[in-house]
Amino acid sequence: MTGSLHRFANPARFQRLARAVLPWCAGGAAVAFALGLYLALVASPPDYQQGDTVRIMYVHVPAAWMALGGYTTMALASAVALIWRHRLGDLIAQSAAPIGAGFTIIALVTGMLWGQPMWGTFWVWDARLTSVLVLLFLYLGYIALVHAFDDPERGARAGAILALVGWINVPIVKFSVDWWNTLHQPASISRFAKPAIHPSILTPLLVMAAAFMLLFATLLLLRVRAAIVEHRLRTLAMARARG
Amino acid sequence: MMKEFLEMGGYAAFVWPAYGATLFVLALLIVDSVRRLKRGQDELARLEGSEE
Repeated sequence: MTGSLHRFANPARFQRLARAVLPWCAGGAAVAFALGLYLALVASPPDYQQGDTVRIMYVHVPAAWMALGGYTTMALASAVALIWRHRLGDLIAQSAAPIGAGFTIIALVTGMLWGQPMWGTFWVWDARLTSVLVLLFLYLGYIALVHAFDDPERGARAGAILALVGWINVPIVKFSVDWWNTLHQPASISRFAKPAIHPSILTPLLVMAAAFMLLFATLLLLRVRAAIVEHRLRTLAMARARG
Repeated sequence: MMKEFLEMGGYAAFVWPAYGATLFVLALLIVDSVRRLKRGQDELARLEGSEE
């Protein structure tokens, strides 16, 4: 196992940076969740057609954004690890995977709970729903693949390749509602055109999205720091075994 | 007032499980991430403590 820590460009610097940023991310996430949940559940109005089920959107949409964002983080970190042989990229990708999988599960479950009252069914093999389910399998496949090797280095490499190849699914999920005739509605929020949502419903959504992003960053920092510590423990154990 | 709030316009059976599932998965992620870091740091402190 040659992946000793010195090959990191700056693990110590990363640890210091992570330690400094972590409280801000965690604190920000807590505040955003408190405000977001209040707006989502109490302060915002029911939708004139969907009634109170519109409140499911405030967890469903941010979770879906993070599911895609998480996978993109994983693919970028894997590219860095593969191209520049940067071990920290692997640790970031491996730390992001369970978080992304969690958000994908939330997006699927909340989507099904929204679909039953609004579409009359929990599930339909619609292009959007199916591609998000494939996204979940890619996450789980990545996690399984990384641990399928005795040598963590080879597992990281195999996982990085899957993460990169699998990234093609992200634009498929994003544009599925435009390319195919889907039951799932098209995007209602686009940075360019005026979002087709009334501010009273858009505001809670954006606050909850910020909360989800801050929580994602918090969890990622925690898991990367843990991965660096675990890596150090493996190196120490290796050294003692040889020593 | 509270009863109306909990009913969620008759959709309580969908809105509350959606929020419940979300908070459950997020709590799982938070607990696992924090515990994993703590466990590693304690182990490292023990190992590096005994070496010096």
